[in-house]
Amino acid sequence: MRRWIAALALALFSVLAAPALANPHLPPQIEDRDGPEHLANPVLEARAVALQKQFRCVVCQGESLNESNAPLAADLRRLIRKRILEGQSNRQITAYLVSRYGDFILMKPPLMPQTYALWFGPAFILLVAAGVAGAVVLKARRRVQGAAP
Amino acid sequence: MTGELGQLALTLSMALALVQSISGLVGARPNAVRARAMASGAALGFFVFIALAFGCLTYAAVTNDFSLLNIAQNSAVNKPLLYKITGVWGDHEGSMLLWLLVLGIFTAAMTVLQRGGERLTSAALGVQGLLALAFAVFTLFTSNPFLRLDPPPFQGNGLNPLLQDPGLALHPPMLYIGYVGLSATFSYAAAALITKLADAAWARAARPFMLAAWIALTLGITLGSWWAYYELGWGGFWFWDPVENAALMPWLLATALLHSALATERTGAFKTWTLLLAIGGFSLSLIGTFLVRSGILSSVHSFATDPERGSYILMMLVLAIGGALALFAWRAPQMEGGAEFEAASRDTTLLINNVFLVAATATVFIGTLYPLALQAYNGAKISVGPPYYAITFAPIFVAMMALLPFGPRLGWRRGNLREAVRTLLPAMAMAGVAFVVVLVMVAPRSVAAAGAFALAVWVMCSSVLDLVKARPIRALPLARWASVLAHFGLGVTLIGITGTTVWRVSALEVLGPGQSMKVGGYTLTLKRVERVRGDNFVAERAIVDVSRGGSHIATMGPEQRNFPLQRVATSDTAIRTTGLSDLYLALGDPRSGGRWTLRAYENPLAPWIWFGGGFMALGGLASLATRLRRRATVAMTEAQGVPAE
Repeated sequence: MRRWIAALALALFSVLAAPALANPHLPPQIEDRDGPEHLANPVLEARAVALQKQFRCVVCQGESLNESNAPLAADLRRLIRKRILEGQSNRQITAYLVSRYGDFILMKPPLMPQTYALWFGPAFILLVAAGVAGAVVLKARRRVQGAAP
Repeated sequence: MTGELGQLALTLSMALALVQSISGLVGARPNAVRARAMASGAALGFFVFIALAFGCLTYAAVTNDFSLLNIAQNSAVNKPLLYKITGVWGDHEGSMLLWLLVLGIFTAAMTVLQRGGERLTSAALGVQGLLALAFAVFTLFTSNPFLRLDPPPFQGNGLNPLLQDPGLALHPPMLYIGYVGLSATFSYAAAALITKLADAAWARAARPFMLAAWIALTLGITLGSWWAYYELGWGGFWFWDPVENAALMPWLLATALLHSALATERTGAFKTWTLLLAIGGFSLSLIGTFLVRSGILSSVHSFATDPERGSYILMMLVLAIGGALALFAWRAPQMEGGAEFEAASRDTTLLINNVFLVAATATVFIGTLYPLALQAYNGAKISVGPPYYAITFAPIFVAMMALLPFGPRLGWRRGNLREAVRTLLPAMAMAGVAFVVVLVMVAPRSVAAAGAFALAVWVMCSSVLDLVKARPIRALPLARWASVLAHFGLGVTLIGITGTTVWRVSALEVLGPGQSMKVGGYTLTLKRVERVRGDNFVAERAIVDVSRGGSHIATMGPEQRNFPLQRVATSDTAIRTTGLSDLYLALGDPRSGGRWTLRAYENPLAPWIWFGGGFMALGGLASLATRLRRRATVAMTEAQGVPAE
């Protein structure tokens, strides 16, 4: 029961919020959903597959466009292929999808001030850990030399 | 009646956990002999009653007792018997009971084995009792599997069809053995801090539990990945999904712990660090459970979520981690440290291993939690997916694997680096050969793939060198077998990942009966699509003829299954493996004119991903066997009045 109320509230909210979120210059429907599902040219198809791995399926949970069964994901896969056939670059296609769905659609988050910690955190931790380990080894070595007269 | 009996048993086990925690902690004092006896009794009692409660729920599930709310919601009369049993832990309530059962088994083992002496065991049982109490209270008050439903329905709601699968039926118990095994390690670490017996004894005492946990986590992650591969229908094996990461983080830290504890046991090095890793490993298990169960994360793998339960787990998490870290901060500075070893020694290489594994764990941690933190902070929504980990996580693992072969070749405290390099020359040569062969012979050409193959061959050959040198092969000690198998497995998995990622071929076509498509070297012909009935589903099965070079080699039958009770459709892929390569078929949607979409992949080397996991688990088993054997030897030498080692 509570789940239903939550779903209803969510639906209501999205109806109310939709006009505020939607970009007025874009048609409400997904464009280019009439593109092909699969490209005959293996080079272009490989490009499409590589590209669709870069985008998150925005309606499902934790899957990329590459492996989602959702209808929206299927539409976007066709959109990508149609635009590839039209000769658009990966950058153009990416820019279009980001303008529509925001940074959330990118599996690889963009590098910007608020993701510096995300991108540089691992290297920072690796360096700190290596530094500490180096100090430990130096100390252990000194102890050996201290022990041996 | 079963429901009430189960409820009673669960309540009693909660009370016994309370007794166990108090008497266990009191028993940590030198002369509290009676408290120690009490803690042991309570621990065994806890195990008996939790087993009884689990038995009651299983009995209710098998006999279709829909007067229990939990059974009515998650089972059905026509569900196959196997899934009635495994379905017991397919939902949140039942899985909590399974968690408690595994905890009971580990606690009983700790009591019976009495490793590390009476005081240490007693204190560890005390800490373990606190954890058992927290989980029992949580189960009884927020997730009681024995709630009644009146009037009982004639038919239940059935189990999520995705879970009706042998791979996934075994997956949760494996992960729970892993998590709970880490809790035993955590308890020993806390006990060592409490009793101030923080020498190497605790690490030796906790080693079998650590290993059991690591083996189970390895198998659990391998099974989960295999399940995602054949069940989700896209041929992917790892999605860097938050729930997968929640299991990967404890595994990475447990791997670091196993290596660091080796040094602690052997030379007394890194004492405090090993304690901290033991606390960290279980803390990450708790954090993972919290993330998965609370519904904070959304994922393809999380099936039972509830925000209210989340806040309880969060509280438990803060108390357990905070308490342990406070204890650590209080007692660790009093410990005398200071190992002595040369820069070129196995001790150093284990430290390097830990640097990489901790950095890898931190990377997964940051990648999993950063989007949540950022969204909570300023509402910005970003997603962290596979490309992020390819840039951050992969290089850490590559560097670690490049240095790995040196470790087992350097002696404790003082090793001979020049000698190690000399013995590794054949492995380096093989790696070079592998690089050239892959670069020249395999199309499409990929330098990254050649590099990955060279790395894998480098690690695998260096492991095999040990076997070649040992004459006779029986002379190779079990402990060495452990490192040989586990490291070999890591190389095997890397080869599988590389092959599948770089050389996968895919095709998607809409076919009518009699029409064909090509993928890789195979020609696939759709013969017909027929309707098949299972126990609780109806399926459309495509009969696909597979031929290669004009000759028929197999008939495959990918299905679309519909579970009417749950109104859910799942894809049942058909996979034909040669061991070197998988042909992978998934049936898509029906189209007009009796035509169907068919997705086909050729995944070269895919099975190696999971073979590698199997090798790693075998390595863990070999190490576990040495422990049990050594225990007997130690007991003998101690009886003769000779200090062990």
